[in-house]
Amino acid sequence: MNEPIVSMDVRHPEDSIAVIDIKGEVTASCEGVLMQAYEQAATSGTALIILNFTDLEYMNSSGIGMLVTLLVRANRQHQKLAAYGLTDHYRQIFELTRLDEAISIHDDESSALAAA
Amino acid sequence: MTDKELPRNAASWATNVGPLEVSPEHAAAGYNISGRRVTGPQQGFGRLWQRTYTTNLGSAITPKDLVTDWKLHFGDFWPKGATFHTAITGVTPGVVAPIGINAAPGMELATGILVLYADDESFTFMTPEGHMFAGMITFAAEAVAGTTEASIKILIRPNDPLYELGWPVMRRREDTFWSATLVNLAAKHGMPDAEVTEETVCVDRKRLWSNWRNVRHNAGVRSGLHIVTKPFRPKAKA
Repeated sequence: MNEPIVSMDVRHPEDSIAVIDIKGEVTASCEGVLMQAYEQAATSGTALIILNFTDLEYMNSSGIGMLVTLLVRANRQHQKLAAYGLTDHYRQIFELTRLDEAISIHDDESSALAAA
Repeated sequence: MTDKELPRNAASWATNVGPLEVSPEHAAAGYNISGRRVTGPQQGFGRLWQRTYTTNLGSAITPKDLVTDWKLHFGDFWPKGATFHTAITGVTPGVVAPIGINAAPGMELATGILVLYADDESFTFMTPEGHMFAGMITFAAEAVAGTTEASIKILIRPNDPLYELGWPVMRRREDTFWSATLVNLAAKHGMPDAEVTEETVCVDRKRLWSNWRNVRHNAGVRSGLHIVTKPFRPKAKA
């Protein structure tokens, strides 16, 4: 499998909220990076995990599959997922795959935080 | 949307958000999927499974050439007992393809798929409401140590309580079906006795009871009704 071309940094703007800043390509090769970021984000007390896609360069269908797996893991811990920074193209993909029914989509970080 | 915003694989994605539309040539086979929506794993009912079937095809063909052929002749690699109705162009993003599955003697279960994504090394289907499974299935090829490895990766939940009850049987049928598909694919490309490995992971043991009403779309039930009521329907004009 190819090396992942992605970085995922985790921030905690509030005690109960974590933001994962995704930079690069979301494909099957970044599963380990994504799950490691989730482990950092899902500290005790985290109720909302926000995915920042502002610097997303590319995502394929395997990437969508990984987001489904992430969603299941988060829901199991009673955590919600939100996202912002998606281009119109990827917003349409979220709508097509009906991921938008489970991951709330926002224009920017402030609106994602406000909706928490 | 500007070109700058479009990723380099934008053309690999389907764009048809909304109810599925079956092409006129396949309308008769697509009676159970026309007007339906696709269902992701989060819209299904039963436990969430990730299943992966893999086989190695040696070095006679590159991953790109393999996927090109797989997309063009997708249904030809299926074992007997199922029909994949698609256009001569093969598997391309946005195509809605009806599927017929011989569920029992005289009983063909009619369902289908949407081609969600297709690039040089992989393609992904999503299933519609009423299909046995809610989720995605990805067909891919990649280079591994100078050889080409083909895989089928399935992320699915049984779509409704009836299908969840039938999961033990469907699971075995899936094993037989997809293993045979990979064996047929390998045989065409010079590997007549390819070995298929299978890995299954239960990603989520929780059933999504809020989706139990999916049963109203159950393609097995609807196909049965379609067959039983056939004598009472007006015949289509030639």
